[in-house]
Amino acid sequence: MPWSLVFEQLLNGLQYGVMLFLMAAGLTLILGIMNMVNLAHGSLFMVGAYLAVAAFNWTGNYVLSAILGFLGTLVVGMLIEVIALRALYNRDHLDQVLATFGLILFFNELTALIWGRGSLYTSLPSWLQGHVTLFTGSRYPLYRLVILGVGLAVAVALWYVVTRTRLGMLIRAGASNRTMVAALGVNIRLLYTVVFGFGAALAGLAGLMAGPIYAVQPGMGEIVLIQAFVVIVIGGIGSIRGALVGAIIVGLVDTMGRAFLKPLLATLISPTAAEAAGPALASMLIYLLMAVVLALKPAGLFQSR
Amino acid sequence: MKRGFIFWAAVIVILAALPPAVNAIGQPFYIDLVRRIMILAIAAASLNLILGYGGLVSFGHAAYLGVGAYSVGILAFYGITNGYLQWLVAIGASAIVALAIGAVSIRTSGIYFIMITLAFTQMLYYLGISLDVFGGDDGMRLKARSQLGFVNLGDAVQFYYLCLALMLVVLYLIHRIVESRFGMVLRATKSNEARSRAIGFSPYPYRLVAFTIAGAICGLAGALYANHTNYITPGLMSWMQSGDLMFMVILGGIASTAGPMLGAFALVLVEEFLKGYTEYWPVILGPLLVLSVIFFKRGLAGIVGKPHA
Amino acid sequence: MLEVRRLVKNFGALRATDGIDFEVREGETHAIIGPNGAGKTTFISQLAGNLRPDSGRIVFGGEDVTPLSAPKRARKGLARSFQITSIYPEFSALDNVALAVQAHAGHSFRFWKPARGEAALREPARRVLDEVGLGERAGVLAANLAHGEQRQLEVAMALATRPRLLLLDEPMAGMGIEESQRMVGFLAGLKSRHTMILVEHDMDAVFKLADRISVLVYGRLIATGEPEAIRANPEVRAAYLGTD
Repeated sequence: MPWSLVFEQLLNGLQYGVMLFLMAAGLTLILGIMNMVNLAHGSLFMVGAYLAVAAFNWTGNYVLSAILGFLGTLVVGMLIEVIALRALYNRDHLDQVLATFGLILFFNELTALIWGRGSLYTSLPSWLQGHVTLFTGSRYPLYRLVILGVGLAVAVALWYVVTRTRLGMLIRAGASNRTMVAALGVNIRLLYTVVFGFGAALAGLAGLMAGPIYAVQPGMGEIVLIQAFVVIVIGGIGSIRGALVGAIIVGLVDTMGRAFLKPLLATLISPTAAEAAGPALASMLIYLLMAVVLALKPAGLFQSR
Repeated sequence: MKRGFIFWAAVIVILAALPPAVNAIGQPFYIDLVRRIMILAIAAASLNLILGYGGLVSFGHAAYLGVGAYSVGILAFYGITNGYLQWLVAIGASAIVALAIGAVSIRTSGIYFIMITLAFTQMLYYLGISLDVFGGDDGMRLKARSQLGFVNLGDAVQFYYLCLALMLVVLYLIHRIVESRFGMVLRATKSNEARSRAIGFSPYPYRLVAFTIAGAICGLAGALYANHTNYITPGLMSWMQSGDLMFMVILGGIASTAGPMLGAFALVLVEEFLKGYTEYWPVILGPLLVLSVIFFKRGLAGIVGKPHA
Repeated sequence: MLEVRRLVKNFGALRATDGIDFEVREGETHAIIGPNGAGKTTFISQLAGNLRPDSGRIVFGGEDVTPLSAPKRARKGLARSFQITSIYPEFSALDNVALAVQAHAGHSFRFWKPARGEAALREPARRVLDEVGLGERAGVLAANLAHGEQRQLEVAMALATRPRLLLLDEPMAGMGIEESQRMVGFLAGLKSRHTMILVEHDMDAVFKLADRISVLVYGRLIATGEPEAIRANPEVRAAYLGTD
């Protein structure tokens, strides 16, 4: 097995992992602090990608379009919160699942209506194209390294905010005891809107970064959403550390699994059987992983309450 | 009691009279439509058992539609068309899958349970996509309909009446189950788990059995669905489909016998109505669903009679 | 009947149960009193099986039940009523008690016959309801019962399981004076037929009902004995009864 290939897939796994982290961090905060299941988080991922593309077609400037996409998703997120989600805070999870499910239908079809059902073409500016030569000698896309870098930077920034600032303290307190925080006179409404906006913006960031690599099409957020849920289940609800650890694990397992399980199986069983079983097993890997983790630690690896 | 009797009598009469009526006015399309609704009503009723009465928010119930449908499809693919055998396998396979998924999932609760059931369904969905032998992503045609002897599933009207009969049987069966000792424990556990444990009921075995029964019944719906559409795709197991089933249960009114049937009719008819207006109908349906969740707590069955506990 | 040896339960740095030795003799009514925060409910929860102790043993009827879950202990005859009312609000009072009867009347994996039609469940349930004084209210939805009636229902459910030991956690909580007196009278009537552990704040009730009293302060049992001895005990007076 060529080690440069392994290392490449490792980097791909890490890059996918940090993208999952951006999604999972928002989800776990929203679930942990507001006790709110938000299936529409995947839609915000999609909105981020689409708004960035639209902004790029309008301005022609990559950085500007990224900023506009990011801010646009923030706005859309807060609008959703005010219009639809406020009514759901005190409802049980079932109602929240169903209501946000309705939102998914709406957003998927809305993007199809505006931009069509096919994939949108996205391009990278020249300064983000190109490759970097790794220490293994192989060439690796610069853009993916940038994503990895941005993701890690966000993780560090998030760590800083959560552990070193007052807002972060409120967030951590809210995650472990919501009623107490409200009783202390903190403006819960505002906190909720801020947290939700935060989460939405992170989803949008993940989406706009994902655009050039994965297809920009209606429904692109769904797979990522489900995997993000797997991440927070593994990591523990309400825990950002859990979201990071879980995301890296899931990203690595999924990516490496897809790349190496089939050839690995082919050495053990017949190539034709591996051809059929390999991809099937690879796609099931992270769910099996989740089942194992839950069997051992029913509340995830890092519980916040 | 009187009101309930009138209601069911009306339902039976209307649904039984539908085929000759729509044939007379030259709109046989409705036979197919209502048949599809009734099959989905069976699936929704099975979900109602664990969700409405048991309080288990399973977001992966469509998995059993898939298992049931693929059982029929795969057996037909290999030349086995005996309907009784196929459907027995569909029910049995669904029960086994439900038992396996339930054994792991029911140890968790709350949001974890929702997510883990969703994740397992996704797993099956991906499994379905990756099996190229059976069409993978595109799915496969049903080689031949299930052969049942006394009824020809190729005849739209005969198949319709079979589905009507099965739907009524399933609804009645579930009604008996929820009123039995087993059902009472299930409902009590939903109502107050701590209290149930304090008087001596361990929730896990009852929930697992209910989960398995629900899966098995949904497998039957899957077998029927395969024969209805003549085509089997992994999309049957998507979480969109699971969401649809959940909506049918909620719209109809949880923990009621007629609820799943009313919910299935309501959701599909609204969908058909909107489809007539625009190809982008989910743009309207989505917000409608959101509003229905926010404002419409009791569901349609609240009109018919008191919902159970 | 019940023996507790060196029970310990910590919540982080808080020692909620600090090495308690405790025993209940067959047929007695043993009250547990103590100031708020003394750990009474924590202790009861460990006895009932809702909380796992960190160390120590609980022996019930000669059998070590420490590793057993709450439902298993309930099936062995340990019945509990909750301090904060915990009933089935959407079911009728009769349904509530019938469920308690059902838990101890054979297995419940029966799928066809309506449980509400089983005389073997309904009759005993009706009798218990009559006993506690809720006979007239059998058909009322539990959520619609008055608070005091709900407390009676709590006790009824515990009784319906035909327990060997009753764990009553503040049965009179939130009741008015008249209701409390009726409940005390009712519990007094139970004394001859049941072994009971009674956690209570109402001192009148405690001294009327208890054969022995144990006093819990900061997770430790500081005294156990007959009511008069406890009343006279200087430590107890200082810690709990105040300057009375």
